[in-house]
Amino acid sequence: MTDYEMMMSKRQAIMKSSLQLDYEQFELEGIAFDYEKMMNDAGYTFEEVQKIQIENHVGQTPLVELKNITEYARKFAKKGFGARIFLKDEALNLSGSFKARRAAISVYHAKKLGYKGVVAATSGNYGAAVAAMAARLKLKCIIVQEVFDSNEKNQPEIVEKARACEAYGAEVIQLSVGPELFYEFLLILEETGYFNASLYSPYGVKGIETLGYEIAEEMLRKEGKYPEVVIATNAGGGNLTGTARGLKYHGANHTRIVGASVDLTGLHMASDHDFNLKSFTTGHTGFGIPFATYPDRSDVPRSAARPLRYMDEYVLVNQGAVFFMTEALSLLEGMERGPAGNTSLAAAFSMAQELPEDFIIVVQESEYTGAGKHFNSQIAFAKSQGITLTFGHPLDEKPGKNLVFPTSGSLIKHKSLDMNQLKMSYLKRYKNHEFSMTELKYLEDELRVNQQTIIEMVGKINES
Amino acid sequence: MIQKGTYVMVKKIVLKHNERSNNLPEDTKTKDYMMKIKGFLLEDANLNDLVEIETTTKRKVEGILIEVNPSYTHSFGDHVDEIDVMKSIILEETR
Repeated sequence: MTDYEMMMSKRQAIMKSSLQLDYEQFELEGIAFDYEKMMNDAGYTFEEVQKIQIENHVGQTPLVELKNITEYARKFAKKGFGARIFLKDEALNLSGSFKARRAAISVYHAKKLGYKGVVAATSGNYGAAVAAMAARLKLKCIIVQEVFDSNEKNQPEIVEKARACEAYGAEVIQLSVGPELFYEFLLILEETGYFNASLYSPYGVKGIETLGYEIAEEMLRKEGKYPEVVIATNAGGGNLTGTARGLKYHGANHTRIVGASVDLTGLHMASDHDFNLKSFTTGHTGFGIPFATYPDRSDVPRSAARPLRYMDEYVLVNQGAVFFMTEALSLLEGMERGPAGNTSLAAAFSMAQELPEDFIIVVQESEYTGAGKHFNSQIAFAKSQGITLTFGHPLDEKPGKNLVFPTSGSLIKHKSLDMNQLKMSYLKRYKNHEFSMTELKYLEDELRVNQQTIIEMVGKINES
Repeated sequence: MIQKGTYVMVKKIVLKHNERSNNLPEDTKTKDYMMKIKGFLLEDANLNDLVEIETTTKRKVEGILIEVNPSYTHSFGDHVDEIDVMKSIILEETR
């Protein structure tokens, strides 16, 4: 057995001691587990989560109407169309992103359990969020991130995130390209005995419920109704899951939940060669689709992020369109925000044009920007990596080859994915599996389709 | 000679290419899995020596000394003409 295999075989034991959450208690039968029990028994009520966040400068962020962006979208819409676009300005959280909501609860929990430190495997904003919260609670913090390719070329966006983590006093372990990040993460957990501040633990997702709840509450207060649509940038699925749960908890049961990802189709996430050809390190299809169709691929036995339970629609936008909208947000609203968070803004801009003008679309987050994370850094970096910059129809963009910027705002278009295909991909893992009644009931909740349809879908898969 | 106590960056092989996960694309398979980490030098050393450092969390890590006083050099990048073009499109379409 290699070192790698040996470490992987210890995975369950390490997870158990680094989270102190016995996932066995939620298992039902076969593939089924009790998701609601896991979320409700994690040890924090919604109100407790809210209290912890408020005490730590997290949440209660402004929900701003983007009147000029809305007006821009209406230029290209039929008469009477062009929904009002609002933005939940999550960049104003501690550490500059909505990830603070997740980190607040994870790190608080680690402190409560008596851990000396926390570890998180993340190349994104979550690292800074965990580091900032650890600083407040006087815990040690190690962030493990994938940063450079075999030519030792760093992704500028991730370097910036390392800088932020170090600013908050964390230790940063930088790695080359590959899924073995998880191996290193396990090594560190074992060596230090620190807490696994996973993005995918119930704590990591419960923290986002307040985001959805705040949107529902504020909209009701300001506009007398819940928003018709909420769009969440989707990668690992926690953002969408937590937001949807929070909206529902408030009573917004008819709000349409849309996931949006940057289209990086064709780039392989574990490819050393492709690593620096992407302009986005998060919020893209390379995470969004695999995590939606197989949530338990994460660093915990059962992921609390289960987007297919909540997603009504999944849309893609291209990199060029997101950069364009990032610039539009600066120029039209005076808000300079990071590109990745604006993925859902680009989708909202396009989607608003198809909806009546009295509808409300909420883009549920924004993130901070800065050197490395700024759209200028990202585009200049792409150019230096041999990516062609052109103007034209953004849907003609070829990830890893070019960035296509729109010649007009009218060309920003989202592409809807076939939800049925996504659900089929989810079920493919269980080819030729005989499902019990309990398992079928579980799948009904996981995929939001009735049991009869699941049986038909599985039948099709078994025949293929 | 770099003095003990200096802030440095070291590099080490976490997994040699033949020790890596079986589930990798061809181009990644041939590369060693590498780590870089910063900390304070525990003994006097020269560049490219195998050294031990103490990290922020007071862990001891061994690696090849690759950088002295590592700093952040990431920036907003070079000027990009295409960004100016987008700017004029947005302003023209909205003013």
